[in-house]
Amino acid sequence: MSSNSSAQSPVKSTGLHIGDAAPGVAKVDPIIIADNVTRTFGGLKAVDVDHLEVPRGAITALIGPNGAGKTTLFNLLTGFDKPDTGTWTFDGKRLNGVPAFRVARMGQVRTFQLTKALGLLTVLENMKLGAQKQTGENMFSSLIKPLWTKQESEIEERAMEILARFKLDTKKDDFAASLSGGQRKLLEMARALMSSPKLVMLDEPMAGVNPALTQSLLDHILNLKQEGMSVLFVEHDMHMVRHIADWVIVMAEGRVVAEGDPHTVMEDPAVIDAYLGSHQDVDLGVVTGRISGEKTAEAEELLAEIDAEVGLTDSAAYSADPEKNEDTK
Amino acid sequence: MDWESILSNTASWLISPETIAYALAALGLAVHFGYGGLLNFGMAGFMALGAYGYAISILTFGLPWWAGILVGMLASVVFAFILGIPTLRLRADYLAIVTIAAAEIVRLLFTTQVFDSVTNSADGLGNYHAGFRAANPFPEGTYGFGPWTYNANGWWVRVFGIGLLIIAALLVFLLMRSPWGRVLKGIREDEDAVRALGKNVFAYKMQALIVGGLFGALGGVVFALPSAVVPSVYVTSLTFFIWTILLLGGAATVFGPILGAVIFWVIMGFLSNVLPAMASSGLLPFMSTTQAATLRFILVGAALMLIVIFRPQGILGNKKELTFVKQ
Repeated sequence: MSSNSSAQSPVKSTGLHIGDAAPGVAKVDPIIIADNVTRTFGGLKAVDVDHLEVPRGAITALIGPNGAGKTTLFNLLTGFDKPDTGTWTFDGKRLNGVPAFRVARMGQVRTFQLTKALGLLTVLENMKLGAQKQTGENMFSSLIKPLWTKQESEIEERAMEILARFKLDTKKDDFAASLSGGQRKLLEMARALMSSPKLVMLDEPMAGVNPALTQSLLDHILNLKQEGMSVLFVEHDMHMVRHIADWVIVMAEGRVVAEGDPHTVMEDPAVIDAYLGSHQDVDLGVVTGRISGEKTAEAEELLAEIDAEVGLTDSAAYSADPEKNEDTK
Repeated sequence: MDWESILSNTASWLISPETIAYALAALGLAVHFGYGGLLNFGMAGFMALGAYGYAISILTFGLPWWAGILVGMLASVVFAFILGIPTLRLRADYLAIVTIAAAEIVRLLFTTQVFDSVTNSADGLGNYHAGFRAANPFPEGTYGFGPWTYNANGWWVRVFGIGLLIIAALLVFLLMRSPWGRVLKGIREDEDAVRALGKNVFAYKMQALIVGGLFGALGGVVFALPSAVVPSVYVTSLTFFIWTILLLGGAATVFGPILGAVIFWVIMGFLSNVLPAMASSGLLPFMSTTQAATLRFILVGAALMLIVIFRPQGILGNKKELTFVKQ
């Protein structure tokens, strides 16, 4: 375990793709290959991905503004939702139409944006639930304890090992409901590891986690890669993405708009436009006049842009004067 | 008031066939709701299928009594499949709506004139006791002491019912300490999380529905063993009495449903004796003895509300479960 990785910047995997980094670029060793995946909710096309490959043995970040279809894509890839069209493979096996529990059994486990710790089970029970191929989970063999005690103690041993790594071993007999939000995130990730997955899919692992826990969560994600697992995660925290991701996929309005290594992608004008905003360096407080400060040339430019847009939609209700804007809201 | 007869009548409820039958059904509901989170409001339907399956097999098809019990159990399995296949993939509240309606359909099918030759419609079925009584290992005579004095048939029904209850309780205990029970409890908490861990949630819910339904059917059989099968018994209020018992004893416990059934029937027995006695000795003015006897149902309703508000985990439930409010 590399507890010192917090101090150093992590080793990035490079050389993951073939040819130029563009949306849908082929990977040297892809673990997921998706083609023509679409999902509509009524008139809204939530996901419309022509081609996507997720590299193996690397940490891939899936970023994009709210409503870009990241979580929907997650749900589709894990079998929690059914697409309108599309095919995809995991580890060379076709996965479309496969129910969620079979997807998990194949070695592709996920966590949820809203943590799903099983509240009235203890931490240890939560962990044991993650183990696969348990004899005692068959209704008939569950009745005869000698059939599953040996396996159960092996599972318990493994669970305690992982819990110790996540510093949750002292809480093993507590109800999961008594854990803090961040600890539940850790528990959910630890539970996912019980199944020895090949690909771990984390939906916003950092959401609602306090800064003290963030670093340990980051280390855990980096450890997954060191142990040979692939990671795909959705995240809004750009510092984290830059810090740990080897590859970044950017989605906007259901489509993949850019791909590449984190530093290149974040300088891509399409990404900045779609996600970071073209005026990321401008302090909005200064623009709106809420904070007194010198308006830079960029701020003036943004203000002019806003005026132009507002003028198009409703010129009567808004004016360039920030104080009046406050009143009308 | 004649306290001696009131207390004696009350004590006899401790091991009455009704108590045993309700305990079995409540145990089934514990598997459904307490462990699996399945909102089954159709326990009366499972019980009716058990009772009618037993009686019709014997009366119409001339099967031996034990085969009648098996037919009743089989009917409940079929019922569980019919209920489960369309609804278990949906959210829990849909199962509640479907089960309450399905149990009513079952009761109305047994009541309707159309099948009168088999079900005897609203009059119900009786006189199917010969086979069961012939298998009675107790010699003729009257046994017991105090309020628990019954004849050989009375003891045979009780001992057989208690035997079934012990087997059922043992099965629930064995299932719930195992990894199978762990998966079921996980499904109760959040089925998507369990699905994401590679468990076939639908199959587990179906298994739980069948196991609990089987106990419900056995409850119906025990209910039918000493007396008769009357369709007006298997109404929705029967389901809610079972729910009262379950919540009273503790939903996610093995002994809670049994303790709940005993307490429920002892209190019901006590009230049904003491309230009319109080009315006739003038302690309950404005009330006739018949009105006083019905007062117990009002008191049971009030008790159910008090339990849910002040002790939602039941008598035997885990105190810690109360500490956390579920989302």
